[in-house]
Amino acid sequence: MNARTLDPAQHLIEREPYYEPIGDEIQLFEAAYRQQIPVLLKGPTGCGKTRFMEHMAWRLKRPLITVSCHDDLTASDLVGRYLVKGGETVWVDGPLTRAVRAGGICYLDEIVEARKDTMVVIHPLADDRRTLPMEKLGQLVEAPPEFCLAISYNPGYQSVLKDLKQSTRQRFVALEFDYPAAELERRIVVNESGIDAGMAEKLVRFAQMTRNLKGSGLEEGASTRLLVHAGKLISSGVDPVVACRSAVAQAVTDDADMLTAIQELSSSLF
Amino acid sequence: MASPQLTRAEIEPLLDVWLETEFTFHAVGPVARALSRLERDEQDFVLDWIRRVASTHITLAFHFAKRAPDLIRRLDPRAIEAWAVQLCDTYDRAGIYAALSIAEQVDGYARAGQTHTEGALFDDIAGVLGNFVRGLAGRKLKIEQGDGIYTDSEKIVLPAITTRLPSRDDNFKLTKATVALLWAQTRFGTLRADLAAACAGYPHPGRALQQFNALETLRLTACIARELPGLHREIQRLMGILGDTLPGEWQPLAERLRASDAQVEDSLALLERAYHLPDFPAWCFQGELRPDAVAAARAQRLDKEKARLRVKLAQLADEHAAAKAQDAAAPPAPPAIDATPREENGALDFDITLDGAPVAPPDDVKQLLTSVYLDFGDIPPDYLVPAGEGEYDPNLVFDRPEDPDAVWHGTYHEKGAELYPEWDHGRQHYRKNWCTMREKAVAPVYDGFVRDTLDRHAGLVRHLRRKFEALRDENRFEKRQAQGDEIDLDALVEALADARDGREMSDRLFVRLHRAERNIAVAFLVDMSGSTKGWINEAEREALILLCEALELLGDRYAIYGFSGTTRKRCELFRIKTFDDRYDDEVKARISGIRPQEYTRMGFALRHMTKLLNQVEAKTRVLVTLSDGRPDDYFDVYRGQYGVEDTRMALLEAARTGIHPFCITLDRDARDYLPHMYGAARYIILDDVRQLPVKVTDIYRRITT
Repeated sequence: MNARTLDPAQHLIEREPYYEPIGDEIQLFEAAYRQQIPVLLKGPTGCGKTRFMEHMAWRLKRPLITVSCHDDLTASDLVGRYLVKGGETVWVDGPLTRAVRAGGICYLDEIVEARKDTMVVIHPLADDRRTLPMEKLGQLVEAPPEFCLAISYNPGYQSVLKDLKQSTRQRFVALEFDYPAAELERRIVVNESGIDAGMAEKLVRFAQMTRNLKGSGLEEGASTRLLVHAGKLISSGVDPVVACRSAVAQAVTDDADMLTAIQELSSSLF
Repeated sequence: MASPQLTRAEIEPLLDVWLETEFTFHAVGPVARALSRLERDEQDFVLDWIRRVASTHITLAFHFAKRAPDLIRRLDPRAIEAWAVQLCDTYDRAGIYAALSIAEQVDGYARAGQTHTEGALFDDIAGVLGNFVRGLAGRKLKIEQGDGIYTDSEKIVLPAITTRLPSRDDNFKLTKATVALLWAQTRFGTLRADLAAACAGYPHPGRALQQFNALETLRLTACIARELPGLHREIQRLMGILGDTLPGEWQPLAERLRASDAQVEDSLALLERAYHLPDFPAWCFQGELRPDAVAAARAQRLDKEKARLRVKLAQLADEHAAAKAQDAAAPPAPPAIDATPREENGALDFDITLDGAPVAPPDDVKQLLTSVYLDFGDIPPDYLVPAGEGEYDPNLVFDRPEDPDAVWHGTYHEKGAELYPEWDHGRQHYRKNWCTMREKAVAPVYDGFVRDTLDRHAGLVRHLRRKFEALRDENRFEKRQAQGDEIDLDALVEALADARDGREMSDRLFVRLHRAERNIAVAFLVDMSGSTKGWINEAEREALILLCEALELLGDRYAIYGFSGTTRKRCELFRIKTFDDRYDDEVKARISGIRPQEYTRMGFALRHMTKLLNQVEAKTRVLVTLSDGRPDDYFDVYRGQYGVEDTRMALLEAARTGIHPFCITLDRDARDYLPHMYGAARYIILDDVRQLPVKVTDIYRRITT
């Protein structure tokens, strides 16, 4: 069987991605989109930022290009570069340029992980100029009204050294995300994993227990995403304690004592 | 082949030496006879521990020796080891009488007749249980080792070892159940009741307290069954093994307390009835109630938390007012704050409103509210009034760092100090919380020392600049790469020409920006003991100044601390430059102000520096000690082998966390002990103190490249 290859700049999300709003983030995002203001999503890992972006891309009927940032990501990786092919140099657009040209949504995930000198290339796109200078081509690409820039970062485990620069963050409308309230999180887990409400409630309880451990040996508690993973394992017949160990405990820590403690919490609960 | 058993005649002389019977007249004959009947490996184990305990206290070792031959047949060796360590720890903390009473507790275990029990040791399980109890909602509780099983509402106290069940795993499960029950006491209101007052009216208040504890155990067990069904199943299994039952007379009371709406008031209401019932057989996971400890912890907490909460709420209200002022010109009235507790899915949460508008409280406010709620079962209205300007002395509300010298001006105390363990070579175990360490600032001396040093070594400084600049690995373009961000036009033209000539075209056609960062953090620990007086002190200061000059050029993060001490009660670390300080005039003046102090106790200083270094983000961490002699302290055990072994252990601990220790010393005899402490390649001995400033930078260059 062959996998389907999609060109992200052309591809539209066809089916509605399931998303439960936490507050008024959908209206806010739509307003920002209409006003052509870029958006910054803040929040812990796995709380639904990426899913929210997919949902918004579906709502706004725009292609979504996601770039996961890392500390080797250069400006050329985003904007594009010359390649040598058969003795000729050929220009190839980077994902950011493709998104601008296609009038899509460019989502730079975990922006803080990118190098500081890379981050500044988004500055002219993120203010009222809405242009992308392509120095090597000697061109200036103007973003169409449909283009939207969104970035995300996780203030929880970003260190002081890696904090987002003021000159960057002050260009964005910020939406704050957090783990959903227990009731909502339970609904999400039921919907996404197919387990019953009682089991989902216990999973959410368990997540809260791990979140209590944040700051005392655990960088981050269990995310909604991990609960969905555990729920899926449980719904296919895995024992809840085993599911919690593989899908949650092992995912949040490698520390042996912490693993045992989380294990003891889940075995107390189920 | 196993070694043959030792005979009484072989054992007795050993005991004579270790227990110094010539002076102490301890009767070692019976001990030797009992020991001679053991297997050889058991003999070795017990003898080893007698010797180790004797290095702490001979009488203690004698009492241990009297009991050990009997114990070894009943308990697993780890449990005996735990008892021995507890004997020594108790002696360290509370003296010989307290330690001897621990020895008597061992008799109790021996009499209980359990054979080959594998105990759950506090040291092994405290970490896991600490995280376990933090995971459960409510006030953050600490786990501590102590002389009982109880909670004072802020810490949970457990014994050194749990040995009621034959397997280690079950003993752990039992301790976990105990922790959960003690947690439930704080979470479900047991400690909210005024226990002393409730029991005072009875002829035997002690018995009333015991019966009340039983009632609460019944109620809380039901709470646990609802909240943590998995744990409840485990508790029932353990109770089954140990034969714990509910006596018939207690049945109706248990029924009442099992109701989901049962509160501590119901237990108080039933106390009268329970008082006249026969004693409740304490369940295996039950602890005791200590109203005095609870009252003391509560008294300390209440005022502080009230003040803290009100100050925090005032901050919250200010932010709220600032936001409102932007919208419209609102009258500057203090906003009405309301906090409604709610139980969401077993966790405590609070709905906070400011003037009717909901706000998301920060975590610290939530934690304070939780703690207040646990104390009162509600949030008293006077806790919700934002604190007015200047209403509280910040010293009362927030913990301030103590003046490190204040301790010597009154009665000795350890408030504000950090405690570090020390490795006891004789005991082959740590002495816990042994060194009382305080960080102090060096008084800056503004004299011409820095300028003079730079003048005197002007040639050397120029030389250093050149050498260190070469070390600095800055961003640079690398040409002719197989991959890169830009085309290397020279290479491309050449390659095209090659292709025309029919030669193979190179694929190395790109330019890549090579970004290298020196990601190094280094801490210098300078010996400020009295022996550095004179030449050495001056050379040290000169060396530090030259180092700083070189390091400023490199951009490596660095810190400089000095250390000295007099006995374990006064271990001092002198801040000269922290990782965050800039190399400015004040730092220069502090280097100039380094003066010889007391003695060379090194372990605590290395441990503290390890901690500080590990807080810095860096790929490579180096800890350089500048010293003039072997570890030594005044009128204390910290001499000879003890000091060397503790220092060695502190260095091993540092290395285990990924730090690279290195030592530069001026002691010519250092070859006797330095290789043992640092390993063969991790030290350097300078014969001439005048070489120090010249050599130090050179050594630094060597160990960081």
